[in-house]
Amino acid sequence: MLIALLAETAAHGSEHLAEDTPPPFPPFETWHMPSQLFWLAVLFGILYLTMSRVILPKLSDTLEKRSDRIASDLDQAARLNDQATEAQQALELRIAQAKNKARETADKARAKMDAEMAAETSRVDAEIEKKLDAADERIASLRVEAMKNVEQIAIETADTIVGRFGVSASKSELKKAVTAALE
Amino acid sequence: MNLFMPSVALDPIHQFKVTKWLDFNVGGIDLSFTNASGFMALGVILTIAFFGVAASKGQLVPSRLQSLAEIGYGFVADMVRGAAGEEGLKFFPFVFTLFFFLFFANMIGMVPYAFTTTSHIIVTGALALLVISIVIGFGFYKNGFKFLKLFAPSGAPWPIYIILIPIEIISFFARPLTLSLRLFANMLAGHIMLKLFAGFAVGLIAAGGAYIIIAPFAFAMGVALNALELLVAGLQAYVFAILTCVYLNDAFHPAH
Repeated sequence: MLIALLAETAAHGSEHLAEDTPPPFPPFETWHMPSQLFWLAVLFGILYLTMSRVILPKLSDTLEKRSDRIASDLDQAARLNDQATEAQQALELRIAQAKNKARETADKARAKMDAEMAAETSRVDAEIEKKLDAADERIASLRVEAMKNVEQIAIETADTIVGRFGVSASKSELKKAVTAALE
Repeated sequence: MNLFMPSVALDPIHQFKVTKWLDFNVGGIDLSFTNASGFMALGVILTIAFFGVAASKGQLVPSRLQSLAEIGYGFVADMVRGAAGEEGLKFFPFVFTLFFFLFFANMIGMVPYAFTTTSHIIVTGALALLVISIVIGFGFYKNGFKFLKLFAPSGAPWPIYIILIPIEIISFFARPLTLSLRLFANMLAGHIMLKLFAGFAVGLIAAGGAYIIIAPFAFAMGVALNALELLVAGLQAYVFAILTCVYLNDAFHPAH
């Protein structure tokens, strides 16, 4: 039923156009073909010329300009990157140099101080040695003197002790005796 | 039946009828400006207007419209490069013009009451003949008689050639026929179907009674067909253009 109605709809238009002759099928009519060809040629020609002469060159120009611009921007970025790397390397070099220099200065200062300290120490040592020597000498002389005094005291004491016993002895005898006892 | 539209508009063939807008006669040949010419001119004007406006500024950062034009440019350029190789770009302006001519003509045809210029075999046939003439002309110009190698693919044992060469020749000369018929038949059949289902819906309503319940289904079918036809309109322009590229490839490399 539906299909019949569809078919009827399809056929409907042709019914009233021409009752006896089959309806003309426009795409196969010949009268308009020369005009169709003519206007197709004219219009397609116009479109082709406009596109190939005006619009496509402009579009390709724009696309080219853009890709050039992108390429040049990338180049510049790479160049700047290189520059930055270079600057960083230079900076690192300078830092290393400065560190070396600082180390050198410190080493030098330390060496100088060591030398000064050594010199001072040896000077003070020498002084102390001298003083010690002097003191030793004095001690020695004092000891000799003290020993002399001891002898004298011993002789006098011996003399006194001997005197108590009522014996007088000569000085030289006393000295001989004391010396013998001391040794 | 004649409740909603004049009955003549229900005729699915009526939309292809050529009517004169301006009489124009040269040497007894009728070159009148017809509705077909008018809608063809509209397509050309719209194409030029669109690309003219889109390309005019040539901004480094494109506007939406310019982007669209550039996408179209890249699309056709890739199509030509892919099918006909880098040297095929020589014909890029031609393929570009062809594609957008057909695309706009098909799309304008989708507007109700508009005339579909590509639904006439004379138009599609003329374009197909133009394409094949360019292929033959350029093929001979570039390769000389080596172009005839196109009909004798190398590498087959000789007895095969007795069958192969006639087949190749027939297939070559069938190209303009299939190229033009494909577009013509697609547009014609599609528009007839659209008209038929739209008319069917109207007819069902006019028939009244229980038919009114079915009418929305017919209308929905018409809407679905509209979407399909929109696809077909774009696709057929693409198919025509890419086949042109494929045929042009033969002109560059006849010995496959």
